[in-house]
Amino acid sequence: MTDTALHPSAFEAHGDHGHGHAHHDADHKPAFFARWFMSTNHKDIGTLYLLFAICAGIIGGGISGLMRAELSQPGIQYLNYWAAWLPGGEQGLDHSLHLWNVLITAHGLIMVFFMVMPAMIGGFGNWFVPIMIGAPDMAFPRMNNISFWLLIPSFTLLLASPFFGGAGTGWTVYAPLSTYGEPGPSVDMAILSLHLAGASSILGAINFITTIFNMRAPGMTLHKMPLFVWSVLVTAFLLLLSLPVLAAAITMLLTDRNFGTTFFDPAGGGDPILYQHLFWFFGHPEVYIMILPGFGIVSHVISTFSKKPIFGYLGMAYAMVAIGVVGFVVWAHHMFTTGLSVNTKMYFTAATMVIAVPTGIKIFSWIATMWGGSLTFKTPMLWAIGFIFMFTVGGVTGVVLANGGIDDYMQDSYYVVAHFHYVLSLGAVFSLFAGFYYWFPKMSGRMYNEALGQVHFYIFFIGVNMLFFPMHFLGLQNMQRRVPDYTDALQYWNHFATIGYMVMAFSMIFFFVNIIWSLFAGKPAGDSPWGEGATTLEWTLSSPPPYHQFETLPVIDGGDGHH
Amino acid sequence: MSPKLRTALLAMIPLVFMTGLASASVPLYRMFCQATGLNGTTQRANAAPGAVDHTIRIDFDTNVAPHMGWKFVPESPSDTVDVGARDMAFFTATNTTDHTITGSATFNVTPYQVGKYFTKIQCFCFTQQTLKPGETARMPVIFFVDPKILADPDANDVQTITLSYTFYPVDSTKTKG
Repeated sequence: MTDTALHPSAFEAHGDHGHGHAHHDADHKPAFFARWFMSTNHKDIGTLYLLFAICAGIIGGGISGLMRAELSQPGIQYLNYWAAWLPGGEQGLDHSLHLWNVLITAHGLIMVFFMVMPAMIGGFGNWFVPIMIGAPDMAFPRMNNISFWLLIPSFTLLLASPFFGGAGTGWTVYAPLSTYGEPGPSVDMAILSLHLAGASSILGAINFITTIFNMRAPGMTLHKMPLFVWSVLVTAFLLLLSLPVLAAAITMLLTDRNFGTTFFDPAGGGDPILYQHLFWFFGHPEVYIMILPGFGIVSHVISTFSKKPIFGYLGMAYAMVAIGVVGFVVWAHHMFTTGLSVNTKMYFTAATMVIAVPTGIKIFSWIATMWGGSLTFKTPMLWAIGFIFMFTVGGVTGVVLANGGIDDYMQDSYYVVAHFHYVLSLGAVFSLFAGFYYWFPKMSGRMYNEALGQVHFYIFFIGVNMLFFPMHFLGLQNMQRRVPDYTDALQYWNHFATIGYMVMAFSMIFFFVNIIWSLFAGKPAGDSPWGEGATTLEWTLSSPPPYHQFETLPVIDGGDGHH
Repeated sequence: MSPKLRTALLAMIPLVFMTGLASASVPLYRMFCQATGLNGTTQRANAAPGAVDHTIRIDFDTNVAPHMGWKFVPESPSDTVDVGARDMAFFTATNTTDHTITGSATFNVTPYQVGKYFTKIQCFCFTQQTLKPGETARMPVIFFVDPKILADPDANDVQTITLSYTFYPVDSTKTKG
């Protein structure tokens, strides 16, 4: 990570050092409604994004609780009753199975578009990218506001769709199920919801790119930028290049559904496989969009709590660029069973495995950063180390699944479910918690409770491993995803996984108690609670930072940077 | 123009480019399939090059969209042909409903890697077919297997090619995408 020694004058820009007048100007906040509903302040918008992501996470996590309850025993236990509660629903196997599809669709879409992305990019990105590059705010503050508020109608549309029949297409919205398999307005609502969320992300991406390229403080060259800023920059480019493809694909779905076109309908000369190509051309970069900012967060945390600069800074930055670039040419590994030719499969297998190289560079560099460091195992560090462990497990199963031949057998089994939950549910979410505990003192001005934080980590770690590790066994025994029932032989590990879910859910009590307790009674954090290991610019400001920071731009030393 | 605006506008270029590319993906995909034989897309020609000393079996597979009400079968389920020689196969379709239906057939060959060698000279699938209630039509396809298949290491061990057709009703409200 970049060493950002400041000229003394930079500290005078914000108020806590005896410049009363400057303090007043920098910290003048608008009234409640104007501050939170018409916000153009990157920190306030970041806070809104984080609150939004927490709410979405509770809903998405609650839905997975419903699914684990149903899966705790073979047969259909609860779906019958739940299906009867929804308007127009009634008891019966068809309704139960449809409700199951609705639940998995909602869980996937909510976690991807309304929990991980808003928290990573909208939340931490908005909060810390401008501060880390020494900028007063984002490049287009009003556009930033639109980005956030587009998410509200988008999420509302998605949450309302179950009351109009429910969208049971899976988060991939594959044709032909989505074109003529599910009539009614709810799939249209889910598609429009994706349109709005996509527009929000594209505006956000343009904002981040402009901010990072144009508003860096004097001396903050690209090769001195903190790795979190690098990760958001790469993510923004991935969003810019991949989201238009999703937008076009789901627009064609909408016209196929409503206006009689046959883009994906073989009856009119279309091809449903084309939809899969388009979806995964977006969908594969999307998984890196979800994890790259997490890479950035983990780099900061590991470096801070090892009291060492990150090992191989440039390698870390360009590994992320490489992951982003190669991420665009591997999409068909999601489609190995659609009838690709042997040569195509060989290419996509090899290209997918190539991604393990830059990812390996990152894992190696995190471990090398810790090597010989002065380690302290505070809560953020525990989450970051947990992240490395989880992501490596998920990465290894990813290399297994990358083989076209093996994937023919593993396709749509719980092994795949285990794989992508290890990299996302555990990888991305662990990095989110690492970032949350790491920056909570900076954002709120108060320390979280260390004991509660550590208890949260250990119970969560045990819970999610109990929940997701048995899914490898289930997948190898051919348990199919997207199906609410299974053969009796698989009951033991399914029941075990459901207990794991309950352990995980129990740990979240400590998280929420910790937030609430700390906001009111946490001890003041001070400017830099993590000490000398925390070298990025946010730790030079007060906690919480002044409403407008860097009215005089900080100047970054032109030294060799101590990478 | 301010530097910020310039960066934002430059960022719009990949955005517009990708939007255009994805919007044009349907014709681009079709052109790509026709050029490479992807997904077993067959080729077209006007004449066969002439037989070489190698035979290959062609199986015929016929399908009808659900609820279309047509009976659609090959006259013979398979045919052994000389590679490079012109061959003709017949299919019959019967409209078993009480109303006139227009259909068009989609087609491909498996294994997929022979798509670029399976060449049609004439096919009922190039045009729409209309059958009155109870009417039966006898429909030909004239094709050959390109002798270049024998030089392709990925395809020269293929002994059987399956030619598959699926008839779909032509919905008056839907046009070719």
